[in-house]
Amino acid sequence: MISGVLIIFFVLAALAVLGAVSLILQSHPIHSALSLILVMVSLAGLYLLMGAEFIAAVQIIVYGGAVMVLFIFVIMLLNAGVEERTNFSKLAAFGGVPLALALGCIIAAAIARSSGHLAPPAVNGAMSSTRELSMLLFSEFVYPFELTSFLILVAILGAIVLAQREN
Amino acid sequence: MVPTNYYLILSAILFGLGVLAFVFKRNIITIFMAIELMLNAVNLAFVAFSQALGKSDGEVFVLFVIVVAAAEAAVGLGIIILTARNRRSLNVENVDLLKL
Repeated sequence: MISGVLIIFFVLAALAVLGAVSLILQSHPIHSALSLILVMVSLAGLYLLMGAEFIAAVQIIVYGGAVMVLFIFVIMLLNAGVEERTNFSKLAAFGGVPLALALGCIIAAAIARSSGHLAPPAVNGAMSSTRELSMLLFSEFVYPFELTSFLILVAILGAIVLAQREN
Repeated sequence: MVPTNYYLILSAILFGLGVLAFVFKRNIITIFMAIELMLNAVNLAFVAFSQALGKSDGEVFVLFVIVVAAAEAAVGLGIIILTARNRRSLNVENVDLLKL
């Protein structure tokens, strides 16, 4: 008997994987960007499924909204066309593919081994209220939080300095 | 209730696809999108662990990762605009020297 939550999970997971595969297969950058938006929206659905409502909202607003609009804006600004195919180097074919497969095997083995250590989730949705998250963010993690504001400031300055037209 | 392992396996699959896109794509903007995909996969693992352990710490880390990703996107796209202006190309094979 498969519960409804599991069905929703599999639908969202399939959408996310489909979007990621489509990102690789599309040759036009704007199609890749739209595929990435599909991945991000389905990940937001998965966060909702896990009871992390605030993360889901931030995922849609910041990632699906701000960051992807920035990407699409740059694609249109640079008038990016279909990418040209180039032949791969021998090093990539004979060294890269086995290494990528080994990475996948190591991750899969680690997950398979860890299955006994992870207890099943206690209560669905009860642990991660936005109130608890904000209490943690502004008490225990307040210094990292302040540091991120400096990071944003430096990033704004860097973007302005980089993108300005030199005279 | 979905087992935590399912989320971790999905996260590993998405990360692997991100690595694949990073290696195989030739357009510099698409490679940048592959990095965002990998960050998203890691976020999923963070939230899954946070749910499994019953603590909100993982979700705080996800917020920090999102902030860093937004900052990285702003700076990275500035660099991409600069590169495209100087090289007149978005193919990474033409960007193999630091100087012109």
